[in-house]
Amino acid sequence: MANKIRVATTSLAGCFGCHMSFLDIDERMLQLAEVVEFDRSPLTDIEHCTDCDIGLIEGGVCNSENVHVLREFRKNCKILVAVGACAINGGLPALRNHIPLEECLNESYIEGIGVENPKIPSDIELPLLLNQVHPIHEVVKIDYFLPGCPPSADVFWKFLTDLIEGREPSLPYELVHYD
Amino acid sequence: MKQFIRGIAENNHYQPTHLLQILRQIQAHYHYIPEAAIEQLSELLSIPRTQIISVVEFYSFFHLTPRGQYELLISDSITDHMLGKKILFDYLANKLGVAAGEVRKDGVVSLDNTSCTGMCDQGPAGLVNGYALTRLDRPAIDKIAELINQQKPLNEWPSELFHVDDNIYKSGLLLDRQIEQGAALRSAFKRGIKETLKEIDNSGLRGRGGAGFKTAIKWQFCSEEQQTERYVVCNADEGEPGTFKDRVLLNSYADQVFEGMTVGAAVIGAKQGFLYLRGEYLHLNNKLQGILDQRRRNGLLGSNILGSGLDFDIEICLGAGAYICGEESALIESLEGKAGIPRNRPPYPVTQGYLGKPTVVNNVETFLAAAAIAVNGGDWFANIGTEKSKGTKILSISGDCDRPGIYEYPFGVTIRTVLNDCGAADVQGVQVGGPSGTFISNQELDRKLAFEDLATGGSFIIFNSSRNILDAVHNFTHFFAHESCGFCTPCRVGTSLLKKQIDKIVEGHGSAGDIVALEELCQLVKNYSHCGLGQTAANPILTTLERYLGLYESHLKEISFEPGFDLDGALETARRMANRHDASAHLAQTESEHE
Repeated sequence: MANKIRVATTSLAGCFGCHMSFLDIDERMLQLAEVVEFDRSPLTDIEHCTDCDIGLIEGGVCNSENVHVLREFRKNCKILVAVGACAINGGLPALRNHIPLEECLNESYIEGIGVENPKIPSDIELPLLLNQVHPIHEVVKIDYFLPGCPPSADVFWKFLTDLIEGREPSLPYELVHYD
Repeated sequence: MKQFIRGIAENNHYQPTHLLQILRQIQAHYHYIPEAAIEQLSELLSIPRTQIISVVEFYSFFHLTPRGQYELLISDSITDHMLGKKILFDYLANKLGVAAGEVRKDGVVSLDNTSCTGMCDQGPAGLVNGYALTRLDRPAIDKIAELINQQKPLNEWPSELFHVDDNIYKSGLLLDRQIEQGAALRSAFKRGIKETLKEIDNSGLRGRGGAGFKTAIKWQFCSEEQQTERYVVCNADEGEPGTFKDRVLLNSYADQVFEGMTVGAAVIGAKQGFLYLRGEYLHLNNKLQGILDQRRRNGLLGSNILGSGLDFDIEICLGAGAYICGEESALIESLEGKAGIPRNRPPYPVTQGYLGKPTVVNNVETFLAAAAIAVNGGDWFANIGTEKSKGTKILSISGDCDRPGIYEYPFGVTIRTVLNDCGAADVQGVQVGGPSGTFISNQELDRKLAFEDLATGGSFIIFNSSRNILDAVHNFTHFFAHESCGFCTPCRVGTSLLKKQIDKIVEGHGSAGDIVALEELCQLVKNYSHCGLGQTAANPILTTLERYLGLYESHLKEISFEPGFDLDGALETARRMANRHDASAHLAQTESEHE
């Protein structure tokens, strides 16, 4: 047990679609579980990372909490992986980058249709939004990138088995070919 | 407005190919392209409004929202910066009460930066409503601000503000003596057109834009095409920062350039030629039109030129601020009234160029040389230069030297000789061939200017040891990101990523991995881009990384990684709006600062 490879995962400004796709490796999950143990992850409900071998990050960086989580992963994971379009490029959440944050917040909390009791939420518990959504490699050093929206289950499988079996991960054309 | 637009369209014979010229007039009149004008043009020219909007958005000198009645643009070339552009710009902005990129509230003046305006020997330079301003200094700026605030029409401005010198310091084979008007054509007709092509072939003349394709072969390929409707195009879209020789050639040797084009037309059998003049050289337009008129009167343009049976005329088309249009297929697209997006090659312009017809596109200097060769013969030219680079090359020299200007040298001249002649001391390095060329260090001064060693389109920017090379790299990298046409992803996205990455390093947020990432990115942009712009956009970084790695490394932090943007600053808006002042409303720039 002690020699199992430790994997942590999280979703920052993402939709959990990458996690869902990961689960699509289906019965191969059992095979994986023989050599892998999950640390912090939505799959385990563990709240903080301890020493891990691999960290999988879904989603970009949109707020201060994302920065803290990302740093925790970087600090604890030997290999940190950007998973999916949002982690790599900012993706869908980054569509707001063309609109000043002030306008976004005003539209959502002050002027938008159907807003009741208009005011900008302010609570010490709430993370503040960054003025733009950033790909994760702009905030910490990233070792690998898994493209796709989401990356297919086979991409996760190929990447993880490569790493676990000590090979330099590589994705064949079929796995990163989208049309 | 309706009347005005209809008039312009009519003068341009309702030809969509003239869209750029039409838009130039509308921009000059209204200081933007009004929506109503687009609607009307769409009808008059029978092209979709979206096509017009795409052209307006593509070119830097066209705007969909109003600019000032005085559109002021200041050249952002590295050479302007070396002459103190930044301080002057701030002074000007302050004086006029308008920020970069903005229009003053009263609508009188707008101010912005623009790519190199080709006045590197007499900068800092700028443009006001398209007309070149030179040698800007505080008194000149005071004057300009005063004239603008008085709303004096441009034709009442003192002419010294617009004075442009040739600054020819060293002439050779071509610049020593201009051929007599008509001499090249008379010689060509007398000798025979085929024989004249042979002379040009014997001369070994290669294209002067930088690529160096043999001129005679290009002309021959074009003349052998099946389609008989053919075109000659002179590429005067001299946009490479640091280049200004074509400006001088068209100011003082234009007759010979036109003559070279006419010889080219005789060889390939063209009836129509174009001079594609970069918009920044608007000040030359009237003079050039006058020379064309004179040539027409003297029977050197028009029908049955010199009784030879050759019919040929030349039209001047002005660009509108797009470096990419110096690429020949983008230039042709622009001539056709479209956005300047490079075509797939092959087919090359000699088989499918302007309107899909065989077209020869050559540099101004190439036509100048061709005319001289038609008079003096191939040997006259071939006797000078090196084995693979015959004749002379006209250089535009700028930067840290006593006498910036135009120098003509036989190919094969060493960098050292050039530096001595122009009075450059304490040289740290030279940017040869502009940003898309090579940066050489002071260890390489015995290298030669020739296609065999350092090929160049003529730009030669000197940096002395007081300069920070990374400032130049930073300037050039921003230039390419601005000028990318946006057609292919490796260049559109790649040049912006290069800009971000170089900013990160220059601003001191870089760490060891960032140099590796930068180099990988350079290779990607270089190897996967569609045209020469993207393929060379990484050259400023690659050629300096190779020579000054230590300089890059000196900007790096010891830690393994730091974000390239101000993390805490990025929370500022949200912090203000949520009225938060607690510790968790802030972020440290690096993790170590947290602990």
